[in-house]
Amino acid sequence: MFKNLLKRKSSREIAKDRLKILLISDRVNCSPEMMEMIKNDIAMVISKYMKIDTKTMEIQITKAGSKGRGIKNPTLYANIPILDLNHD
Amino acid sequence: MSEVIVVTSGKGGVGKTTTTANVGTGLAAMGKKVVLIDTDIGLRNLDVVMGLENRIVYNLVDVVEGNCRIKQAIIRDKRYPTLFLLPSAQTRDKSAVNPSQMVRMIGHLKDQFDYIILDCPAGIEQGFQNAIAGADRAFVVTTPEVSAIRDADRIIGLLEANEIHKIDLVINRIRYDMIKRGDMMSSEDVVDILSLPLIGMVPDDENVVISTNQGEPLVGSNTLAGKAYQNICNRVLGREVPFLDLEKGVSFWAKVSGIFHKS
Repeated sequence: MFKNLLKRKSSREIAKDRLKILLISDRVNCSPEMMEMIKNDIAMVISKYMKIDTKTMEIQITKAGSKGRGIKNPTLYANIPILDLNHD
Repeated sequence: MSEVIVVTSGKGGVGKTTTTANVGTGLAAMGKKVVLIDTDIGLRNLDVVMGLENRIVYNLVDVVEGNCRIKQAIIRDKRYPTLFLLPSAQTRDKSAVNPSQMVRMIGHLKDQFDYIILDCPAGIEQGFQNAIAGADRAFVVTTPEVSAIRDADRIIGLLEANEIHKIDLVINRIRYDMIKRGDMMSSEDVVDILSLPLIGMVPDDENVVISTNQGEPLVGSNTLAGKAYQNICNRVLGREVPFLDLEKGVSFWAKVSGIFHKS
């Protein structure tokens, strides 16, 4: 645990993290802030029906055709861990 | 039968011309009939990297404008009987050629060559549009740096928008010692970010500078970069070749310091 506190993130990890966020906004031409807003709105809607983990959920826009052939439009992927299906 | 490959990157200075020269030379050394086309009008470089700068008479713009026949403009490399170069014009600008002229010219070359390799200029303007116009497949060259990867991603989007779907990644200037101490993204990281199939991993090798100084592509030589380019050529021919173990190229001291950095 001490090690984690003392150890700074390597520049490799920093580069990777920065690029991942940057490319998402480059690909869709919308800012990271807007992506965050979309994510929060999705979380709000899903939360009406089930309990989800909003801390670890991720949304991502993949560029045209990169995943699977024939897909021409960018696609929004949401990865939302469900904590409890029976929400009341 | 013939395949038209465009070598592109977005960002300048990442190794497009070196990749074009070495892949082309390597394929010719394996007996394929290859023509390399420099599409960077106004800033030609492929001729010097190939060591053929003194043999230019006509160029790409002359061909397109009908000042000469294609055969007159294409230079034969004396070292390899099946290697040819169509140089770019140095005194014109990119508006001298348009994409439909490129498509027509490549159409003429297709029945004479096994591989037509186009060296694309940096940027996403008309020079890029010209270079990709007649291509069947693309190599996107990048280095493991944020700026080059960002531009590569943009280029991939543009290639796909232009209906080029066979795109492979060449990662250039990899420094294993830096990856090992956590200061450079690995090829896995880059592939993960760009989600493209990898066709080449080329280490940062000073022999590349030496070979460029001499105007002799180093593909096939007993250097790390020479082997890496040779592997790319084999993969182009559809052979399955394992990726180089770059650790072998790292000096003893880099390894020792790597151990200390790890702990």
